[in-house]
Amino acid sequence: MLKVNDINVYYGSIHAIKGVSFEVKEGEIVTLIGANGAGKSTTLNTVSGLLDSTTGDIEFMGKSLKGIAPHKIVGMGLAQVPEGRRVFQNMTVQENLEMGAYTRRTSEVKDSLQDVFQRFPRLYERRKQVSGTLSGGEQQMLAMGRAMMSKPKLLMLDEPSMGLAPILVEQIFDIVKELNSAGTTILLVEQNAQMALSIADRGYVLETGKVVLSATSAELLENDAVKKAYLGG
Amino acid sequence: MTVLSNLINGISLGSIYAIIALGYTMVYGIAKMLNFAHGDVIMVGGYMAFCAMTYLGWGVLPGILLAVIICTVLGVVVEKLAYKPLRSAPSLAVLITAIGVSYFLQNTALLIWGSDPKVFSSVVSLPSLKLFDGQLSISGVTQVTVISCVIIMTALVLFTSKTKIGKAMRAVSEDKGAAQLMGINVNSTISVTFAIGSGLAALAGVLLCSAYPTLMPTTGSMPGIKAFTAAVFGGIGSIPGAMVGGILLGIIEIFGKAYISTQLSDAIVFAVLIVVLLVKPTGLLGKPINEKV
Repeated sequence: MLKVNDINVYYGSIHAIKGVSFEVKEGEIVTLIGANGAGKSTTLNTVSGLLDSTTGDIEFMGKSLKGIAPHKIVGMGLAQVPEGRRVFQNMTVQENLEMGAYTRRTSEVKDSLQDVFQRFPRLYERRKQVSGTLSGGEQQMLAMGRAMMSKPKLLMLDEPSMGLAPILVEQIFDIVKELNSAGTTILLVEQNAQMALSIADRGYVLETGKVVLSATSAELLENDAVKKAYLGG
Repeated sequence: MTVLSNLINGISLGSIYAIIALGYTMVYGIAKMLNFAHGDVIMVGGYMAFCAMTYLGWGVLPGILLAVIICTVLGVVVEKLAYKPLRSAPSLAVLITAIGVSYFLQNTALLIWGSDPKVFSSVVSLPSLKLFDGQLSISGVTQVTVISCVIIMTALVLFTSKTKIGKAMRAVSEDKGAAQLMGINVNSTISVTFAIGSGLAALAGVLLCSAYPTLMPTTGSMPGIKAFTAAVFGGIGSIPGAMVGGILLGIIEIFGKAYISTQLSDAIVFAVLIVVLLVKPTGLLGKPINEKV
């Protein structure tokens, strides 16, 4: 479904991504794990089109994403829940969700809104509230609901567990699993490797801009180097 | 009675500032840039209406319409040619470019129309409103200016809170990157903002020239700077802030002229701005900058 082939990304003179390749197949949950600054978010932002790769190619559903503007990539069925949630703080919960459906016709939005409210009843209760007043967990749910509003085929999540209490992290990961079983393919970026590998089918380990390891989640959980570096033992 | 009359004059002048300030504040909110050429769009609007009505003999409404259309196009074109290539440049480069565009517009006007002031005939033929047995007289221009300002403000608030494009503008002004991830085309949103701001500037130009009927290539500079002050005063980026800031600034200016000193009135206006910014750096209705966690 998504094929990232040997991409290189620079921030000015800093070589942030050095020849990264990976693949996400339809129906999978794939995770990119790695420490701070390994290039995980940069990779996602390059797939979303916010950053440009100097070389290499990104292919989504058989079409190259090279040179396609970020707002058009969303319309192709690829949505991202950005790091730090980035909900529109001064807009209401419902307005945020409407923005998520920006690429779709108004007539189609109602059903999606209903779906999101069904999955996140809390958002329905707070639909008229300005989203800056929501708690961190609620904002994460809003960011996920907002991304679901575009009916993505592939949903990319950037550090959904960041700054949340363990019980909320579990809730969020349960929802990710549910979305996946409902037919959405997931690409998950996480520092919380344990959590990520527990729900993912496969994983890639990123270190200073390179993929150093790729295997099934079960294998990565048993890998000594991964255990030592990312699983606290 | 003179106090009331001064107050009304202040509100009227302030309404013009408010309409201009809207352009500054919307463009700042969305493109995070200060478009110092905005004041000169007012002047272009004034000349366009003047040419249509005086040289071509057009009526008032077609004249205003022409001014609005030309300024809207001008705003979009200036943005495309001068500002868009600098989207990722440091803000100082954009600021200097805006000042360059301002000089370009002024000098082009000088080339076409010369430096002699043109006498602008008012677009308002409404009679003065006499109140309190004729002690208080409100001119037709004043009535039209204040009413236009209220209508424009209401329309803009509805536009940004109810329409899809309006909401997208708010989203872009909060977080460009996240807005792109929603599928919002940031470039076209910025174009729409420049179009609205410049169209309003044309209207402000016509109203300004109707109230103060001399038209010169530099006509837009001072009102432009005052309106920028008004936008900062009210809290730059905030639409209601532009309204409040503009009207307060107009009142302060007229009262300063009437009761303190005609020569010092501008100094008083800017002194008030400095005091407000010292006490409340975000302006009267500005939002405190959110701390990123």
